[in-house]
Amino acid sequence: MREFVYHRPLSLAEAERLFAASAEGRYLSGGMTLIPTMKQGLATPVDLVDLGRLPELKMLLVEDGYLVVGAATTHTEVQTSPIVADAIPALADLAGQIGDPHVRHRGTIGGSIANNDPAADYPAAVLALGATIETSRRTLPAEEFFQGMFSTALEEGEIVTRIRFPIPERAAYRKFSNPASRYAMAGVFVAMLGDGEVRVAVTGAGQDGVFRASEMEDALSAELNPAEIEAIVVDPATMLSDLHGSAAYRANLVKVMAKRAVADLLA
Amino acid sequence: MPNIELTVNGTPRRAEVEGRTLLVELLRDGLGLTGTHVGCDTSQCGACVVIVAGKAVKSCTLLAVQADGESVTTIEGLASGDALHPIQAAFHEHHALQCGFCTPGMIMATVDMIERHDARLDEATIRHELEGNLCRCTGYHNIVKAIQAASDAIAASKSQGVQVDA
Ligand SMILES: Cc1cc2nc3c(=O)[nH]c(=O)nc-3n(C[C@H](O)[C@H](O)[C@H](O)COP(=O)(O)OP(=O)(O)OC[C@H]3O[C@@H](n4cnc5c(N)ncnc54)[C@H](O)[C@@H]3O)c2cc1C
Ligand code: FES
Ligand code: FES
Repeated sequence: MREFVYHRPLSLAEAERLFAASAEGRYLSGGMTLIPTMKQGLATPVDLVDLGRLPELKMLLVEDGYLVVGAATTHTEVQTSPIVADAIPALADLAGQIGDPHVRHRGTIGGSIANNDPAADYPAAVLALGATIETSRRTLPAEEFFQGMFSTALEEGEIVTRIRFPIPERAAYRKFSNPASRYAMAGVFVAMLGDGEVRVAVTGAGQDGVFRASEMEDALSAELNPAEIEAIVVDPATMLSDLHGSAAYRANLVKVMAKRAVADLLA
Repeated sequence: MPNIELTVNGTPRRAEVEGRTLLVELLRDGLGLTGTHVGCDTSQCGACVVIVAGKAVKSCTLLAVQADGESVTTIEGLASGDALHPIQAAFHEHHALQCGFCTPGMIMATVDMIERHDARLDEATIRHELEGNLCRCTGYHNIVKAIQAASDAIAASKSQGVQVDA
């Protein structure tokens, strides 16, 4: 691993200052993506700014009908928190499907969405639930935050501080894991909101990363039934294709996972 | 270079490390605790699992500086004198190791698994929990049996403890 200077700021303001003062700064959260990348020499920060101990990023509470999750909350904390289990059990379920126990002990929700890996799980929940992302500078709706594979609206030095999830009527997440890596080959999060609107977001499968399946949303808002998915065409031309699965395979997988998620939601 | 302080297997240790020093490098090269292994370059195999601040982590994917101030338990910290830890004894008893390379990581993952599930493990849970640990000798069947036995033994000793207390 290339040499760098490690910093451990104690406040958000100090973290941004350290980042701004560096020619090539990088934030570190759980490190479950960044450290392997640095070991391979694919990321070579000059200054590494550790967000792991910032009090501003540590919180988990329900407030005005929203579940508010600090960026430094680990996957294990989301998986096991009684607050999450009570407010959005599907989110706890999703967190428990990420990687393995050791990865979940360190990896964080903030790092996951900032990274926006096309096969990551959290982006599906954030987008389907219509969450807003609060940063050190502003508040962004999920639609604006995610901007395609590994790409987000975050500007240089901007820090994700918390994610604010509207509490849905019901929700469910189904994922088909890559048998080797456990990342999603296709993951579908279905949420029924208080007003009866149904929102569907798909991860792992699309060429541009996480996306909303609007045809499925329309069909399911009219009638919430797995059978409604059957007639919908998922265009393979928009799907990822790699050695793990062809575009046609993934297009089919999206429908299968969507049906299972709807069935779970009705159960 | 950063100076860090950790408690390793119950003993306070100080070390001067580079920012880029991985926890596994500090343990093996700095502190001579070579029971913790490195088996992959992808954070997937779990040969390097140790317990930091009460949680199992992959020490190949954690900077030593990130563990500053924390307590760390490695495979060397489990036995008390010549008496094996119940999990080590179960691995021995059930032939849960072949070459033994994955064993320290498997055992440290088991410590954490039994703790989190309060020793109420069934086979499906054990298999699911082992997702982050690979055995290149493919000894999984006996590893699962050993974990089940260790979990049962620890549950039994706990419930006895409760009776004594009551
Ligand atoms: C073996 C393995 C299996 C995995 N399996 C899955 C899986 O099945 N599903 C899944 O979704 N993920 C999986 N992951 C990824 C894991 O969830 C990571 O924890 C996550 O993607 C990154 O979060 P982190 O906290 O570790 O961030 P880091 O690795 O520390 O950071 C990732 C990136 O985000 C930036 N960043 C971090 N926090 C912030 C912030 N608050 N504001 C702005 N930028 C920030 C960093 O600068 C870096 O660029 C896996 C990882 C491993 C090693
Ligand atoms: S050596 Fe750490 S996970 Fe393989
Ligand atoms: S016993 Fe050889 S790697 Fe598991």
